[in-house]
Amino acid sequence: MEAALKWLSDNQQIIYIVILMIFVGIEVIGRVPSVLHTPLMSGANAIHGVVIIGAIIVMGKAEGDNYPALILGFLAVVLGTLNVVGGFVVTDRMLEMFKSKKK
Amino acid sequence: MEFSILTLIYLIGSVTFIIGLKMLSNPASARKGNWLAAAGMTLAIFGTIFLYRDDESGEKLHNYGWIFGGLLIGAVVGMLAAKKVKMTAMPEMVSLFNGMGGACAALISLIEFNHYAHEGFKNSITEAYEAGEQIDNAVLELGVQTGVLITIFAGLIIGSVSFAGSMIAWGKLNGKIKDYAFKGQHIVNQIMLAAILGLSVFVIYKIKMAVGSTDDAPDLPLDTAYITALFYTVLGLSLVYGIMFVMPIGGADMPVVISLLNSFTGVAAACGGFLYDNKVMLTGGILVGAAGTLLTILMCKAMNRSLLNVLIGSFGGGNTGGGGGGSKEQGAYKEISLSDTAVIMTYAHKVMIVPGYGLAVAQAQHACHELEKLLESKGVEVKYAIHPVAGRMPGHMNVLLAEADVSYEKLQEMEQANEEFPTTDVVLVLGANDVVNPAAKTDPASPIYGMPILDVELAKNVIVNKRSMKPGYAGIENDLFFQPKTSMLFGDAKKVLQDLIAEIKNL
Repeated sequence: MEAALKWLSDNQQIIYIVILMIFVGIEVIGRVPSVLHTPLMSGANAIHGVVIIGAIIVMGKAEGDNYPALILGFLAVVLGTLNVVGGFVVTDRMLEMFKSKKK
Repeated sequence: MEFSILTLIYLIGSVTFIIGLKMLSNPASARKGNWLAAAGMTLAIFGTIFLYRDDESGEKLHNYGWIFGGLLIGAVVGMLAAKKVKMTAMPEMVSLFNGMGGACAALISLIEFNHYAHEGFKNSITEAYEAGEQIDNAVLELGVQTGVLITIFAGLIIGSVSFAGSMIAWGKLNGKIKDYAFKGQHIVNQIMLAAILGLSVFVIYKIKMAVGSTDDAPDLPLDTAYITALFYTVLGLSLVYGIMFVMPIGGADMPVVISLLNSFTGVAAACGGFLYDNKVMLTGGILVGAAGTLLTILMCKAMNRSLLNVLIGSFGGGNTGGGGGGSKEQGAYKEISLSDTAVIMTYAHKVMIVPGYGLAVAQAQHACHELEKLLESKGVEVKYAIHPVAGRMPGHMNVLLAEADVSYEKLQEMEQANEEFPTTDVVLVLGANDVVNPAAKTDPASPIYGMPILDVELAKNVIVNKRSMKPGYAGIENDLFFQPKTSMLFGDAKKVLQDLIAEIKNL
């Protein structure tokens, strides 16, 4: 119990962020028309590519001679970048089709 | 100073993600929203590369060669893949990219775990002590915090489930992987999930016992090789679980699954945010986790089914539900020739076109628009009836038809379309199947029972264009094809439409 309370107060900033972000996430897309479900999913897909930052940090901290970590980190950076770049470009291609419609 | 600039950059990044997502949910601003989020992401990435400093040692990142090499390869491959992919294959592509993100999160956990294992699960913290007037540095060795271990495991499990699941979803959407289910699979899955969680708790407990944070607790010896082996077992089980989780779910439900896995990856990214106390990863990840979950539920609602029903119901688990509905005697269907179709359509007052996945596969959207214009020039009223889940993803048809310049006013949503069918002379079903299957209303044994459908049988004539009599993606027969009103027009949607246009012009 004490440990749990301590954990709570140690991490309160993060816990606040998590709770508020959950509400923001729900609120922000609450009224999306079904036409946009696919591009929205694709856009959200690109945004979670933010995991690339973790990959960069891991990579940048690895010792220069720790090849297993370097190789895995390299792979993580490549995959993360694929997620980000591919995600945004695909989303844009989908949305491009809508644009011609809007006069 | 540099580090506080990075904090500002992360703040800006987080805000662009929120605003970008907000703009993405409105057709007018969607494209700008996408680029706004992309700009925020770019800023956050380069900010991290150049400004990041380790909390304790204050060291900058190194291995720039590796980092930029990875970024370059990922960017080029990602760009090419995204640019070259056909409109029809978009959903697969999203699934594939999602899997990459999941794998990235899992790899981060893997590296961090190995790193901690290497250090004997201890953090050495250099702390400055004021001893009298002098400042001394004391090196403290603390056991790794439980929170860190939990985050590493969560990132590993969620990331690898998301990766394996997305790969299966990708394979299913492009037809490389068939549905596969066996009796009691859900029980096996649940046992597997329990094993994954149980093992993780066990490993964390073992590590904590060995490097307990309280000073008086005796440290137990820790067999690192054994612990690492268990860690890899968790990784392996999670991958298998991801496969088994998606395997029995039918292709028609893949959009929902991808959306769900998308939110999983979001949570996995947020785990990285916990691990590095990195706010932009945390906000981005949780944002997508929450929005993705809601989107998943919205998609389920469009099909009038619950998420649980999608995941457990195993749409198209063929042998039981699907077979039951389809094994009835089917009677005969009748075919219609192109010239007859041309005549019926030209002399109709109102024609409704129901597009489906077949249209997307055949890339027939332009031919479809041409047919629409031709008929309109002959005084026929033409509209499109769009089922919310027609195609492989919600909004799939709207995207395709928009590409072909079909105007928005012509697209009728399901409710409006259903009101118009009784006054419609001809309904042309182009490669759609499950969304016009009356079994959804009449046959409680059907796996799609309860899904709202387009009531095309209310129209005077129904012409169905399909490549063959094969059942649709849900793997069930469609009674509509055997009704007296219905005529079948076999062939590839694009070819049929082009021939039809030629026929009508010749009339």
